[in-house]
Amino acid sequence: MNIFNWFNETFLKMTWLYDLVWKIITGLFDLDSSDQIGNILHFFLYDTIKIFILLGFLIFLISYIQSFFPPERTTKILKKYKGIKGNIIGALLGTITPFCSCSSIPIFIGFTRAGLPLEITFSFLISSPLVDLASFLILMSFLGWKIALAYVVVGLILAVIGGTLIDKMKMEKYLQDYVVKIRENATNEDMIILGMSQKERVTYSFDQVLDIVKRVWLYILIGVGIGAAIHNVIPQNVIETILGEKNPFSVLIAAVVGIPMYADIFGTIPIAEALLGKGVGVGTILAFMMAVTALSLPSMVMLGKVVKKELLFTFIAIVSTGIIIIGYLFNLFEFII
Amino acid sequence: MNIKILGSGCPSCIKLEKHTQIAVKELNLEASIEKITDFEQIMSYNVMSTPALVIDEKVISYGKVLSPKQIKELLA
Repeated sequence: MNIFNWFNETFLKMTWLYDLVWKIITGLFDLDSSDQIGNILHFFLYDTIKIFILLGFLIFLISYIQSFFPPERTTKILKKYKGIKGNIIGALLGTITPFCSCSSIPIFIGFTRAGLPLEITFSFLISSPLVDLASFLILMSFLGWKIALAYVVVGLILAVIGGTLIDKMKMEKYLQDYVVKIRENATNEDMIILGMSQKERVTYSFDQVLDIVKRVWLYILIGVGIGAAIHNVIPQNVIETILGEKNPFSVLIAAVVGIPMYADIFGTIPIAEALLGKGVGVGTILAFMMAVTALSLPSMVMLGKVVKKELLFTFIAIVSTGIIIIGYLFNLFEFII
Repeated sequence: MNIKILGSGCPSCIKLEKHTQIAVKELNLEASIEKITDFEQIMSYNVMSTPALVIDEKVISYGKVLSPKQIKELLA
């Protein structure tokens, strides 16, 4: 076994944990893998423990990297680029700049105030919740590196194209009036970038881990619960009828269900894993995950405070359509991955 | 001394304000603590990450909730 496989099995898939949880369940409750309750219990315990271990490690790692890229610095970097190049850099920086839906307003206003064109701002806003290093590693752990890579690549492409489309549709006039006023009154000073010591970065990363665990633990448990139900309780044929490849609307259903939901990638993973086990198409699963992470009711409410509804609905329409197209394309070309 | 807390009223902004009050009290300082919630005013300090701490019009920290102890060190 090569080192890459060993790393994947031990740290990402955690096969040792899989066996350990079975040992504990058989030891304590006298249940084994032929038993439905045993299977539910195993799915729940193994997934919950695995997700929280990964969450802790990954958020720490990512926050450490992110501490070098506060939004103030991102703004400064993005000011240097224009056009499609700006969109690409915007989408890439979206993957490493610390972001949650609560910070989308200051980021939006800050970018606009700095004179960044809407297309770059939207490329950033699409990629930011959708793609980051954490989502790549956790997807690799649960669904394999091919799906993980596919997710990241199409996520970035969606961000770049989404931004470009918003530019082509001349949406600048649909900013909220006060945002326009802020831009007009802005001076051309650069953002302040405060340095951080090594120790401050470590503290910051620890705080981020605690913060994020506090924010998402409930969503993860709900996600694992739904995943366990799909995995063991809901009959195969029900899932197949609704989300299976034979239903031409499967991707559409997955996207429509996912869009208003508010969770991050960690909450959707156990559901995706269980659906994959039931033979649901990769495209359908990707569409569901992207819909949950990229769009949600709270983030739409936030965005509605800085742009008028014409632009808000255009944004939602572009991202939803993109996600649905991605879903169908992946189902169509599934034999490649 | 004039201290400003920049932030739109998020929970961490309120926490930073409380910590600042504690620090000022413990140091027995004559200081006014002001809260800035208006985005235009916040951005005029050239920061985006809130909560931010501004002492005498100079941005001291942003994007984190400092502990009363840390604030005391910055004020002293």
